[in-house]
Amino acid sequence: MKHEFNKLLPAHALPHYRLGPMDVLPWIVALAAFFTFDTYLSLGAQILVMVIFGLSLDMVLGFAGITTLGHAAFFGVGAYAAGYYNLHVSQEPLSGLLVAGGAAGIIGVLSGLLVLRTHGLALLMLTMVITVLLHEVANAWGSVTGGADGLSGISVDPLFGSFEFDLYGTTAYLYALGVLFLVFLVVRTVVNSPFGLSLRGIRENAKRMGLVGASVHLRLVAVYTLSAVLAGIAGGLAAQLTRTVSLDRLTFQLSGDILIMLIIGGVGRMYGAFIGIPLYMLMLDRAAAINPFHWMFAVGLMLIFLVRFAPGGLMSLAERAPFTFLRRAPAPAVSDAKEGA
Amino acid sequence: MSSVFVSLVTVLFDGVSFGMILFLISVGLSITMGVMRVVNLAHCGFAMIGGYLTVTFTTMAGLPYGVAIVLAVIGTMLIGAVLERTVYSWVYGQSELGQVLMTMGLVLVMIASANALFGSSIQNVPVPSTLRGTIDVGAVGLPVYRLFLIVVAAACGVAIWLGLEKTAAGARLRAAVDNARMAGCIGINVKSLFAVTFAIGCGFAGLGGALGADMFPLEPYYALHYLVLVLIVVSVGGLGSIKGTLCAAILLGLVDTVGRYYLPVGGGIVIYLATLVVLLLRPQGLFGRPA
Repeated sequence: MKHEFNKLLPAHALPHYRLGPMDVLPWIVALAAFFTFDTYLSLGAQILVMVIFGLSLDMVLGFAGITTLGHAAFFGVGAYAAGYYNLHVSQEPLSGLLVAGGAAGIIGVLSGLLVLRTHGLALLMLTMVITVLLHEVANAWGSVTGGADGLSGISVDPLFGSFEFDLYGTTAYLYALGVLFLVFLVVRTVVNSPFGLSLRGIRENAKRMGLVGASVHLRLVAVYTLSAVLAGIAGGLAAQLTRTVSLDRLTFQLSGDILIMLIIGGVGRMYGAFIGIPLYMLMLDRAAAINPFHWMFAVGLMLIFLVRFAPGGLMSLAERAPFTFLRRAPAPAVSDAKEGA
Repeated sequence: MSSVFVSLVTVLFDGVSFGMILFLISVGLSITMGVMRVVNLAHCGFAMIGGYLTVTFTTMAGLPYGVAIVLAVIGTMLIGAVLERTVYSWVYGQSELGQVLMTMGLVLVMIASANALFGSSIQNVPVPSTLRGTIDVGAVGLPVYRLFLIVVAAACGVAIWLGLEKTAAGARLRAAVDNARMAGCIGINVKSLFAVTFAIGCGFAGLGGALGADMFPLEPYYALHYLVLVLIVVSVGGLGSIKGTLCAAILLGLVDTVGRYYLPVGGGIVIYLATLVVLLLRPQGLFGRPA
């Protein structure tokens, strides 16, 4: 009996905030990379931007179970908002990020209210169509977005008024790392909160969550909006660091890319984005110099085999037998669970 | 007749032929997604395979056009059948996200393979001289090739309709689309039925890719570029509905072509907005049944 009762309410079902040595590791690695690979800091900053983007996707995909093919919409809107703000209002970086997050959040809440009542294929299609729609709008609305040329000539003021953005990317790297840390704290707090727990409930069985009195739609819209804000901040950061905004920030392909990177690391596991995205981007950087198509072939095969044999990504491999000393509180990924069962 | 009328007819004609190719490429996906509820992002890749096989058979092997097309369709069906038995048997067991990812992986493999085998430049499918030129219908000169496309695609549509409505296999398939589990219970071998359907769907996609190479240029990213259009056709038409796929494809072809002529910048916006509205109001598509 006792055993069955434990099954009903496992200890790890409740939020807990215990931090272990493994939680410090990513940050130590990031700082160590700052001091050892100082010629690659620009690439490093771009990786950090994508990790932020991946974390925001993980929140909706991994924890709330919203399968979206349209996350690039928010990244792109954030990038354009930050770019426009920089060119026409102020060159201050932090307020630029707020503008980026705000603009993406508006798109997030509007599109979330519309599309989150659907699920499955319709949801995939709607999120994808919204992305390509925004791409077309950005292409057509040349006076604001620069059309096919995009926005260029972005020049960012020193951070906090004193740290110049130099050519080597020193400030850029630390700036991106700081933003990532804040975003990480937000995501961690949200997914471990009672609200985050209810999201996991919705992911596992939305109908049942509705029956126990949770307002499923509003909760999904809330997390979708928050995730959009974070993705927008990532996009704004990308605009500030690369000093350009182009249409490829707003493509279906980018949605697919970030999804692939996150899946490689592991979805619904907090640190999946920290593993999959740097790994993917570093290898892409090397492979692109040799032959991008070979890389594509390898990623394609890896994706097929990973989904078949390790749907939880590399993080889930780390949770298996030989690595049990690394085991954390299990948070089964959305891809582990059969939908509609 | 005024020149405005002539140009309008030409544009409508182009739109219909564009839509017919889109129909050929999409119809297999509509059926496979309808029966097995599989999100197959790699379907466009089969159209690409058909196109590349035609290039191989005509330019490289020097076969006549008609023979090359038939061989390309058969080749695409074989490749489709092999993949259905191997990779897709893994895809079926996955959640929606897993299906998206696996088939996206397959798309990447297809793009890389196409690039390795044929290079990154656009490949032309040579059209025999009898199909070139225009026919004058009244004051309007219609390109023969486009006319040929419409006839072939319409013939395929009729064949599909007859096959589905008038044959026993078609009846079994319709039963499986409506309720796969129930169809299995009354002794229909849904798995093998589906494998054959999948291969035939790939064949139609291959035909579309081979015939439509002048409207959908053949290059490695083909498998990704037209994916959005094909998915829109399938989901707006409604999964498993041939009629829906045909209507959605022609509608999209018309809007896209008319938009390209008269509204060069914002043409895409109309299509995507319309798709958004349709899917919001009817998530199951125009002719689909609620899941």
